[in-house]
Amino acid sequence: MFRHLTTRILSRPTTVTAARARPFSTDVAAAPAADEAFAEAWKKVIPNIDPPKTPLHFMTPRPSTPSSIPTKLTVNFVLPYASELSAKEVDMVIIPATTGQMGVLPGHVATIAELKPGVMSVHEGNDVTKYFVSSGFAFIHANSYADVIAVEAVPIDQIDPSQVQKGLADFTQKLSSASTDLEKAEAQIGVDVHSALNSALTG
Amino acid sequence: MASNAAVPFWRAAGMTYITYSNICANLVRNCLKEPHKSEALTREKVHFSVSKWADGKPQKPTIRSDTPEE
Repeated sequence: MFRHLTTRILSRPTTVTAARARPFSTDVAAAPAADEAFAEAWKKVIPNIDPPKTPLHFMTPRPSTPSSIPTKLTVNFVLPYASELSAKEVDMVIIPATTGQMGVLPGHVATIAELKPGVMSVHEGNDVTKYFVSSGFAFIHANSYADVIAVEAVPIDQIDPSQVQKGLADFTQKLSSASTDLEKAEAQIGVDVHSALNSALTG
Repeated sequence: MASNAAVPFWRAAGMTYITYSNICANLVRNCLKEPHKSEALTREKVHFSVSKWADGKPQKPTIRSDTPEE
């Protein structure tokens, strides 16, 4: 008998929230730390037992979007084997998105960008640190936090120009002599990466 | 969802994103200057063993290893 009651109580709050149209994520207020509607409904039916903790209780609430634009962008730049930048406050980062070089300033709209092989530059005051990123993703959140994840990222001065030229010549030659789709794709990737490395060295 | 949305050339050729990303990373690692290059090549090493199961028993495993056998 009580099983039916609990399923009804559990289903009621979810139907109520689903009915409300979901606003844009940029407008979402900080999420509540506990599920009040559920706890109240529980107490009405079973006043003696404490309401069980819902998953919402265990989650850390989404950080609230500040109403005024912050002055600095907080960047987390991570690689599979190391954390290059961890919660570093900077003025701007320029990331090599597949749609082109994208400059991210504090207050940037929340974006998920796929990165192509290219140069990422971190601007802090008058210092610019440049990294060559092999590929990855950048998540920019509404509260001016940017998470950039890459598989490989090296400072530009660790790149060897002679090997870049050699690689570029090799892959351009492979591209013209490739037969299957897969070979063509691999050669094209080689050409793309080496030309990006080349422009990183000269640019 | 448009089924003929513009797909990247590597996906049209049958490659997954992870394969693409690993190829890019390997190419970048091969273009590094010397002390960094040897450190980076250690990161590429892979060691795994895959076995298919049939009738509740593992069949002969496929072992892929870049580390020297001890």
